Amino acid sequence: MTDVTKSAPQGSETKRLLREFWFYFSENRGAVIGLCVFLALVLIAAFAPLLAPHSPTLQNRDALLVPPFWEQGGNPSFLLGTDAVGRDILSRLIFGARQSLFIGCVVVSIALTGGIILGLVAGFFGGWVDAVIMRVMDVILAFPSLLLALVMVAILGPGLTNAMIAIAIVLQPHFARLTRAAVMAEKNREYVMAARVAGAGRLRLMFRTILPNCLAPLIVQGTLSFSNAVLDAAALGFLGMGAQPPTPEWGTMLAEAREFILRAWWVVTFPGLAILITVLAINLVGDGLRDALDPKLKRS
Amino acid sequence: MIRFLLGKLAYLIPTFLGITIVAFGFVRLLPGDPVLLMAGERGITPERHAELSAQLGFDRPIWVQYLDFLGNLFQGDFGLSLTTKKPVLTEFLTLFPATVELGLVAVTLATLIGIPLGVFAAIKRGSWFDQISMGTALVGYSMPIFWWGLLLIIFFSGILKWTPVSGRIDLLYFFPNGTGFMLWDSLVSGQKGAFLSAVRHLILPAIVLATIPMAVIARQSRSAMLEVLGEDYVRTARAKGMSPFRVISVHALRNALIPVVTTIGLQVGVVMAGAILTETIFSWPGIGKWMIDSISRRDYPSVQGGLLLMAGVVMLVNLIVDLLYGVINPRIRHS
Amino acid sequence: MALLEIRNLSVSFATSTGRFHAVRGIDMTVNSREVLAVVGESGSGKSVAMLATMGLLPATATVEADMLRFDGRDMLTMSDADRRKLIGRDISMIFQEPIASLNPCFTVGFQLEEVLRVHLGLGSRERRARAIELFDAVGIPDPEARLSSYPHQMSGGQCQRVMIAIAIACQPKLLIADEPTTALDVTIQKQILDLLMKLQEDTGMGLIMITHDMGVVAETADRVVVMYKGRKMEEAGVLEIFEAPKHPYTRALLSALPELATGDRLPTVSDFIDTEALAGGA
Repeated sequence: MTDVTKSAPQGSETKRLLREFWFYFSENRGAVIGLCVFLALVLIAAFAPLLAPHSPTLQNRDALLVPPFWEQGGNPSFLLGTDAVGRDILSRLIFGARQSLFIGCVVVSIALTGGIILGLVAGFFGGWVDAVIMRVMDVILAFPSLLLALVMVAILGPGLTNAMIAIAIVLQPHFARLTRAAVMAEKNREYVMAARVAGAGRLRLMFRTILPNCLAPLIVQGTLSFSNAVLDAAALGFLGMGAQPPTPEWGTMLAEAREFILRAWWVVTFPGLAILITVLAINLVGDGLRDALDPKLKRS
Repeated sequence: MIRFLLGKLAYLIPTFLGITIVAFGFVRLLPGDPVLLMAGERGITPERHAELSAQLGFDRPIWVQYLDFLGNLFQGDFGLSLTTKKPVLTEFLTLFPATVELGLVAVTLATLIGIPLGVFAAIKRGSWFDQISMGTALVGYSMPIFWWGLLLIIFFSGILKWTPVSGRIDLLYFFPNGTGFMLWDSLVSGQKGAFLSAVRHLILPAIVLATIPMAVIARQSRSAMLEVLGEDYVRTARAKGMSPFRVISVHALRNALIPVVTTIGLQVGVVMAGAILTETIFSWPGIGKWMIDSISRRDYPSVQGGLLLMAGVVMLVNLIVDLLYGVINPRIRHS
Repeated sequence: MALLEIRNLSVSFATSTGRFHAVRGIDMTVNSREVLAVVGESGSGKSVAMLATMGLLPATATVEADMLRFDGRDMLTMSDADRRKLIGRDISMIFQEPIASLNPCFTVGFQLEEVLRVHLGLGSRERRARAIELFDAVGIPDPEARLSSYPHQMSGGQCQRVMIAIAIACQPKLLIADEPTTALDVTIQKQILDLLMKLQEDTGMGLIMITHDMGVVAETADRVVVMYKGRKMEEAGVLEIFEAPKHPYTRALLSALPELATGDRLPTVSDFIDTEALAGGA
C-alpha cells in the first residue's frame, strides 16, 4: 500500500525469480517429463562408452541383420538387433545421443551468438545498419530452411561440421529478429535512459543493461532451435549430406537402413524413434519454458 | 489497401534481389573452377576453357556478370541443365505440378484437420480431448518426417500392401499430360481405376508432408481461439443471447482465423523443405527430388535455378497470404 | 413491482491458489422505471454480481443464491436455452470498453441486426428499417451509412451508442450498464449519460448503473447500493446517501470525491477508514 517494499538485495531477488519460475514450470507435467527425458539423454551421452554393450562401429560378420532379442532368431547380446553389416544397433543409438546433443549445443551456440550480436547492432544503431542486417535476415528466411542448408553443404562439402554451420546460419535470423525487436522495445524505456544519462558506454548498455531484459524469448527460441537443429541435422544425414558413415548419427543410420525397410523393420524403427523422443522431450521443455516465462499467460 | 499492397511490394523487392544475389553467388562460392562446374566439362584445353568462359560470360567483371544474370532471369533464361541439356526453367515447370499437387493436398489436409482440432481443444480447454489432441500435435511437430514416411511404407505398403511404394500412378495407365495434376488428369482420362490409382499413390506422401503443418496449425488455432474467447466482444455476443454455437462459429472463429491464415501461409516454406524429404522417400517426381538429384549429380545450373525458383514461389505465396490477410482483417482493409 | 430480485448471491472463482470469493451474499432489488446505482471501487464485486445474474461468468465461477428472480421467473433453475431467450431481449447489458466490446470483424449493422433476427425473427427489410430507427434514437448521425461501418472506424462514444442501440433493440425491461462512461472522454461521458437517462425515461425500463463515480450516481440514480470487497455495505435512496451516509465506508467514499479535495493530493478511501478491518475476516 505504501512504500514499505524496499528493493531487495540482488542475490535474493534472482533466487525469488528462479523459485517463481520453477513454480510455473513444474506445474506443467509434460515439461517436467520432457526435462527428465532430456537429462536422461545427457547422462546416456556422457556415459556412452560405459553403457554401450558393443563398439558402435564393430562389424560382426557372423551376425548380420539379427532381429531384436524378443523376435524369433534374436540374440540377447544384441538387444535391439544388428544392422546390415552386423553392428549392434543399441550401441550405435547410445553413441548417436552424443552426436545429436553435440549438434544441438553447437548449432544453438553459434546461432544464438551470431543472432544476438546482429540483433543488438541492428536494434541499437538503427538506420541503414539496421536496414541492411534485417534485409539479409529476410533473404535467409525466404528460402526453405532445409534447401538453403543443403545448398550450403553443397558449397562447403558434406560432413557434420559443415552441416552444423549451415543449420546455424539458417536458424540464426530468428534470434536476430527477436533480439532486435526486444532492443527496439527496451531502448527507450526509462531504465535505459537512466543508464545512458549516467554515462554508460554503448557496449555496456547493449550487453549489461538491455540484453538481460530480453532473455526470456531468446531462451524459448533457443530451445526450439535446439530441436530444429537435431531434426535438420538428422535430415541432412538422411540425405547423405550430414555426418558420413560409419559415424553413429541417427539420421545417417536411417539412410543406411533405407534399402532394408521391407526386410528388417528394426534397423529403420529405432533410430527414428530415438530422434522423435529427443526432439519431443526438448519441445516439451520449450513449451514449459514459454508458459513459465511469458508473463502474458501467467495466471494471477 | 493499395498502400498496404505497395508497402508489401516495396519490402519484397530488396528481398528478391537478395535471393538473386545468393543464387548468383552460390556458383561462384563452389570449390573449383566455376567455368568447368557450370559447363559440366573437365580436363579441357585452355582454348576450350577460354571459349566456354566467354560463352558463359565469366570473362567479364563480376557486376556485369550479375546484371547479365538478372537480365536473363527476367527473360526466363535460367541456363541449361547439364544432365538433360534442356532449359532449367522447362525442367522446373515440367516437374512443378507434381509438387504443387502434393503440397496443395497436404496443406488442405493439414488445414481441414488442424483448425477443427485446435478450435475444439480450445473450447474444451483442459479436457481429455484437449490433452490428447495437443499431445498428438506436439508429437507431429517433433516428427522426423523422413522416418515417419518410412514407417508408413513399412506398415501400409509392406504389411497391409494397400499402397504402392513410389511414383504418382501405376504404369499400366497412360494418358496425355494435360494439366500435370495427376488427380485431375486421371479423372478426365476416363480410364477405369486411374483416379483411384493416383489417389493411392498420393495418400501416403500427402500424409507425411501434412504432418508438421497440421501440428503447427492445430497449436496455433488453439492459442488463437483461447485468446479470442477471452475478448470483450465474445462476452457481448453472449450477452446478446446468442447460442454457444453461434458465438463460437461466427463471433470467435472469424477473429481467431486471422492469425491462423498467416500461419498457414508460413507453412508453404515448411512444405517446400518437407517436399525435398518426402519426394525422396516416395520417389515422387517433383522439384524436391529434382533438387536433391541435381545436387548429387553436380548439375549446378539446375541447383541455381531451382534455388531461385523455389524461394520465388515461397515469396509469391507469402505475398498472396498477406493480401488475403488484408481481405479477412477489416482493420487492415480500411487503413 | 420488483423487476429483479436477488437474495444472498455469492460468487467464487477457482484459481491456482485456491478459491477466491468475489461476491459474498448480497441482496438487491430493482423495480421497473427505477435507476439503481451500484457503487464501489474496482474489485468490489459489483460487475461480477451483474455478470452472474446474466449467466455470463466463465466455467471457473461458482454462483450460489437463495433467490434470483427476473420478472417473476426463477433464473436459477432456468435452462441455458431459456436464459438465452431472455438475455439480450428482456435484460441487456452494456460494458466499459465500447470499442473492444464490438466485434472487429463485422459491421456494426450486422451486430445490431443479429439481435433483431435471433430474438424477434424480423425479415431483412424490417431489420434494416428498425436498425436505422435505433441508430437515430441513440443519436448516430447518418445512420444508414454508419450501419456498414466497422467498429475501428468509429470513436469510443459512437461505439457506446452502437452498444446502447443493440441493448435497447428488443425493448428490454432491464438494462445493466457496467461503467458505461469510464473509458470515454469527459465531454462524451455527459452525452452518453444523458442518452441513457432519456431512454430510461421514455421506455420506463429498469436501469442498473454500475459505477465508481459518485458524480454519476448523483446525476442518475434513484437508489444506491454501496459494495466493498464483495459485500453490500449500505443501501439507501440517493438523497439519503449524499446527505446522511450511515456506513463509514460510504462516508469515506464520499470524502474521496476529487471535488472535495483539499491540499495538494487527492484523498483516497483508505485515508479515512481502516479498510482492512472493514473487509471483516476475509
